[in-house]
Amino acid sequence: MKILVPVKRVVDYNVKVRIKPDGSGVDIANVKMSMNPFDEIAVEEAIRLREKGIATEVVAVSCGIAACQETLRNALALGADRAILVETDAELQPLAVAKLLKALVDKEAPRLVILGKQAIDDDANQTGQMLAGLLGWAQATSASKVEIAAADAAEMTVKREIDGGLETMQVKLPAIITTDLRLNEPRYATLPNIMKAKKKPLDTVKPDALGVDVTPRLATLKVAEPAKRRGGGKVADVQELVAKLRNEAKVI
Amino acid sequence: MSTYTPPLKEMEFVLRELAQIDEIAKLPGYEDSTLDTAMAIIEEAGKFASNVLEPLNRTGDTQGSQWQEGYKVKTPDGFKEAYKEFREAGWTGMSIDAEHGGQGISVAVNTLVEEIWRSANHAFSLCPLLTVGAIHALELKGSPEMQAKYLPKMVAGEWTGTMNLTEPQAGSDLALVRSRAEPQGDGTYKIFGTKIFITYGEQDYTDNIIHLVLARTPTAPEGVKGISLFVVPKFLINEDGTLGARNDVNAVSIEHKLGIHASPTCVMQYGDHGGAIGYVVGEENRGLEYMFIMMNAARFAVGIEGVGLSERAYQRAVAYARDRVQSRDVGEKGGASVPIIRHPDIRRMLMSMRAQTEAMRALAVVTGAAMDHMKRNPDEQVRQHSRAFVDLMIPLVKGWSTDTAQNVTYDGVQVHGGMGYIEEAGAAQHYRDARITTIYEGTTGIQANDLIGRKIGREGGRTALAVIAEMEKFDAKLAKATTPDLVAIRAQFASAVKALKETTEWAIANFNGDIRGVFAGAVPFLKMWGITASGWQMARAALIAQQRLDAGEGDATFYTSKIATTRFFADHFLAQASTLKHVITAGSAGTLEMAEEAF
Repeated sequence: MKILVPVKRVVDYNVKVRIKPDGSGVDIANVKMSMNPFDEIAVEEAIRLREKGIATEVVAVSCGIAACQETLRNALALGADRAILVETDAELQPLAVAKLLKALVDKEAPRLVILGKQAIDDDANQTGQMLAGLLGWAQATSASKVEIAAADAAEMTVKREIDGGLETMQVKLPAIITTDLRLNEPRYATLPNIMKAKKKPLDTVKPDALGVDVTPRLATLKVAEPAKRRGGGKVADVQELVAKLRNEAKVI
Repeated sequence: MSTYTPPLKEMEFVLRELAQIDEIAKLPGYEDSTLDTAMAIIEEAGKFASNVLEPLNRTGDTQGSQWQEGYKVKTPDGFKEAYKEFREAGWTGMSIDAEHGGQGISVAVNTLVEEIWRSANHAFSLCPLLTVGAIHALELKGSPEMQAKYLPKMVAGEWTGTMNLTEPQAGSDLALVRSRAEPQGDGTYKIFGTKIFITYGEQDYTDNIIHLVLARTPTAPEGVKGISLFVVPKFLINEDGTLGARNDVNAVSIEHKLGIHASPTCVMQYGDHGGAIGYVVGEENRGLEYMFIMMNAARFAVGIEGVGLSERAYQRAVAYARDRVQSRDVGEKGGASVPIIRHPDIRRMLMSMRAQTEAMRALAVVTGAAMDHMKRNPDEQVRQHSRAFVDLMIPLVKGWSTDTAQNVTYDGVQVHGGMGYIEEAGAAQHYRDARITTIYEGTTGIQANDLIGRKIGREGGRTALAVIAEMEKFDAKLAKATTPDLVAIRAQFASAVKALKETTEWAIANFNGDIRGVFAGAVPFLKMWGITASGWQMARAALIAQQRLDAGEGDATFYTSKIATTRFFADHFLAQASTLKHVITAGSAGTLEMAEEAF
């Protein structure tokens, strides 16, 4: 089976992000960008499935500006077979990405799409679910274990991380999986694979060619840093404490 | 707690602007060394170094390698597994030509990846480093059969390599080598003798170790012209490539050292039980000559140790200085205590560490780029020109950078104050680990003698004066800059180049008349060359940075920082050149006058 793995270019997790002075968003100029860590897990899972003989081809996809090619090269260096960039300078929101991915799924006909459960920039946790909805496919989100018995299996078993425990579910294929942190530990790209990645095919398409309107449906009003923690203080007696809880903290 | 992060922006800048990687990627065989591939490699190396190698650095220091009964060596916990991962990720063959199974990455790029390994775990990185040295020797002079037998496994890191030169009586002076090689009549030799200071002479990573050993045959002439190079595998190799009998070579002990504790420094005993089987590499009696061909690469590699350790010490010091809160801002009355990074003297130390590290890195990568042109440029003239430049720069990269790393790691301890003296803080390890770098692969004194003797005196200063002329040409360009920082940088650069020229001319003029006087100033002379040559690269960087700022391109924070570090380097280090001129030209009287008995 073919597996599609969408990967997102995000601010590297080591970077301390800063808000743009006008409050319109996070300043990403000259900031180190990397593959979304949850997506690395998705790539790793797909490659493992190929190594087990379950998958025949792993196709990495990214949507965004031309620089997303670097992220795709990274996926290729980890072991993906080829890559597709849906190139656009437009702001992409989860619904637009899900529609682009649906168009690609229609074209590529994978039986499995593995996505990160969320991206560490917007933390939306929506794209996988929306894609499943658009396709009418089964979905298993926040997966921590995936078992597929054979390449032509009609179903797979997925363990999901849920509040208070693990849920095991039987999922009909084709399906969407979104990855949780504990699904696997991504490998390091080997040097020969980094070199080979340059020569693997990377195709570029535009949203128009896929017939998708990516116009944002949501408007960002303002992005602000969390309020700085203020120092604590001593209260003289219980009366003062209660007064503060009531009037300042407004919790009682 | 400080964790290592490779300085990616700086590395990209140095590759793009100073090494001109685009030109290197045009050379036949280096087509893969484009900037984007280089950065992909460097980023992945950085990830591996930060996540796998660096966490073992302190374990390596506290546990050290241990010698065990049966001539075994146990490396510190985790090292064996890390080596396996390192090998499986294909890093061991990075710089080796594709025809021998490597990736054939250019020296310029390789320099930065090597820096990353040194920063993360110096002691770990020495095993692959020595293996590459042994591979180069076999590539260069080994017979096709020998290459087929050893190279694939060594390039893949399945076997490691060692270099066995030093003996108790033969340190810097290898003419004194006494190990014997007796021909057996069947093309093989039996090797007898003791070798000391053999890095990773024994380890528990791999099932075989390929030793390269200098020894004398019975008919060999005295001195340097009677030394041959032999391959002595720990396990002999059968015809079908499987491992055969255990050879008569054993690590009889390992040294207790000031630093690099994880790296087993072995005493190797050859032939205690009848003779170790060895095979001559190339021709008899030419071993030292072969070693000399490889010397540039080996010395260059040690120079990068200076860069890597300095970078690591700097990052650790910055992390501490941001975190440690102590005393109010100077000149402030009242108010709260501040992180020590606000104090002018701490800033001075951090800037000094950073500026010198950037200067070392620039010098190393530019020299690495010249090595690429020396090897692959289709134009014979460019190749020759690059070779002469490389020959002149090698003692600087090795001698000056490792010497400077002492100051940088010293400041790394100093920024930490009392905690710097406490091992748990980590700064002390860098200081101790760095100490060996000015000693092995030729002490600073040897490098300085090489510079002033072989590289300058012997050829009447031809290359040196030509390089100074290039500095002057650049100075004319720099002189047109008008910003206050660049004007200040130019003032110090111009006066350093002038002092360097006058001093070099003095050395050439006095080389025959007052040779002891000239050599008495060799190390300050090396320092003067190191400061000026790397200051030249820093000034180039600053000029480019200013041009980018003027054009409104790229990362303004990075470029303004580059100008700031260059300004610091100019006023704190280039400014020393005129004083060094006095030390070199007038200092020999003080050095040589006193009677030997009076010591």
